[in-house]
Amino acid sequence: MSIDNSTVKKVAKLARIEINEEEETTLITELNNILGWVDELKQVNTDSVEPMLSVFNESMQMREDKAESNFDNSQILDNSPESNSGFFVVPKVVE
Amino acid sequence: MNDFENLSISSAIEGLANKNFTSLELTEFFIKKIEKNKDLNCFITSTFDKAIEMAKISDQKIKENETRSLEGIPIGMKDLFCTNGVRTTAGSKILENFVPFYESTVSNNLWNSGAIMLGKTNMDEFAMGSANTTSFFGNVKNPLGSKVKELVPGGSSGGSASAVSSGLCLGSTGSDTGGSIRQPASFCGLVGLKPTYGRCSRFGMIAFASSLDQAGPITKTVEDSALMLQAMVSFDKKDSTSSRQSIPDFSDFKKLSIKGKRIGIPKEYMIDGLNSDIKKIWDAGISWFKSEGAEILEVSLPHTKSALPTYYIIAPAEASANLARYDGIRYGFRHNADDLNDLYQKTRGLGFGKEVKRRLMIGTYVLSAGYYDAYYLKALKVRKLISQDFEDSFQKCDLILTPTTPNVAFPIGEKQTNPIEMYLNDVLTVPASLAGLPAMSVPSGFNSEKLPVGLQLIGKPFDEISVLAAGAVIEESRGF
Repeated sequence: MSIDNSTVKKVAKLARIEINEEEETTLITELNNILGWVDELKQVNTDSVEPMLSVFNESMQMREDKAESNFDNSQILDNSPESNSGFFVVPKVVE
Repeated sequence: MNDFENLSISSAIEGLANKNFTSLELTEFFIKKIEKNKDLNCFITSTFDKAIEMAKISDQKIKENETRSLEGIPIGMKDLFCTNGVRTTAGSKILENFVPFYESTVSNNLWNSGAIMLGKTNMDEFAMGSANTTSFFGNVKNPLGSKVKELVPGGSSGGSASAVSSGLCLGSTGSDTGGSIRQPASFCGLVGLKPTYGRCSRFGMIAFASSLDQAGPITKTVEDSALMLQAMVSFDKKDSTSSRQSIPDFSDFKKLSIKGKRIGIPKEYMIDGLNSDIKKIWDAGISWFKSEGAEILEVSLPHTKSALPTYYIIAPAEASANLARYDGIRYGFRHNADDLNDLYQKTRGLGFGKEVKRRLMIGTYVLSAGYYDAYYLKALKVRKLISQDFEDSFQKCDLILTPTTPNVAFPIGEKQTNPIEMYLNDVLTVPASLAGLPAMSVPSGFNSEKLPVGLQLIGKPFDEISVLAAGAVIEESRGF
């Protein structure tokens, strides 16, 4: 298993993280080292072992499907980098 | 003015009740001390005005005999817990200006118990680190280091640990995903308790790896740990994995005898690279429990060596999903761009630090098409085996005793070139995290350079009381 620069570019794109060339070079080495290291798990026999998603084993409780309003629109928008007329502002996405 | 530096929470409660001093006096003492010790960099944001206001209310409550469990006790709040109206950064540039409009359940519980917030403590960015060197707000110093040899406080709750250790507050909150409470507690000579997964609500606690994240206290004594834990825990319907298990009176640990209890010693924790001073203190720990009438037996946790690689698949995978929310649109830092994808990529590229980006890349990779089964699914299966190991061992023993870390606090700047070297700090704490078990680090001795060494006690699910009782045995036996 080895990660090359096209893999790093692809993963960075999936993670929506812009990386420069220098970071790309470092990440290739680091990710290869880390993934090479975690590869030792392949030696563990996990035939017929159920995957464990969580240690929590109490049944989850359903809540009533009822709309609640806990916060004002303005409180939420106060933390946004850009808002206008009660909306979040994003760059234009349609032509 | 009184010297409150070495005060414990329990003795402060007594002093307040006996009117030896007021909460305002206590609070003002710590505010001055924090200002004098800014070079330690324990706090990202101080909340002194709020602290004074809270202290006055506490003094009034004490006067009117309406004292709550932590009335008037000044603490540090890890900057991972959202605090209403107080900036909460998780140690990241991407949240540099984030001001929550709601309160985390854990912090809310503490304020409702009368605790006083001195400020938000420094931490590794998004709790990803073991030396508090990844914080956007600079590294934290361990007060036990010296000018010539500056030491890390451990991480990720490094600010919390350093603040308690240097007497800047009476106790503090931490969060533990793979060792972030226990490891810094060990490095700073403190008691750090990670309760059972589900004991403390995760609501309002900035998420790193949701199936592992758990809040807990960092304190000077075991008794203080029980006091703070009591105030922090609750069932919370706002957290889908909050436990409905009944909550005991944790101070009952004092009534619990260790005599006849079976203490398991896992041979797999005798790892290569375990510091020889730490090994000696582990042996001493075993002898203390023997003298108290506990039965010592060897147990086996055969998948121990797989725990760290398992953790470094699961935790980054969960982080890559959790941290997808930082998009530069709804809150936090934004780098503007004409194209939406560009905005996301630039915001996240500039907003996250190196270690966070590294882990997001690993997490994204192990979840991506074609690799999911080989890495993520495989790790979930090994996690099951690790958890099963503990279940099997707890058929034979009541508690497990191990060292907390393979080494003591190291100099700032060390272990920075190879990420895996840093990850190895957590090799002894990660297994209990994966199994969701309560685990506590208790100061147990010193190495040849007088640096503190902690021993770790791991308990059965929801049996924090036994863990605390065993911690008290260490406190009584260690001879300092």
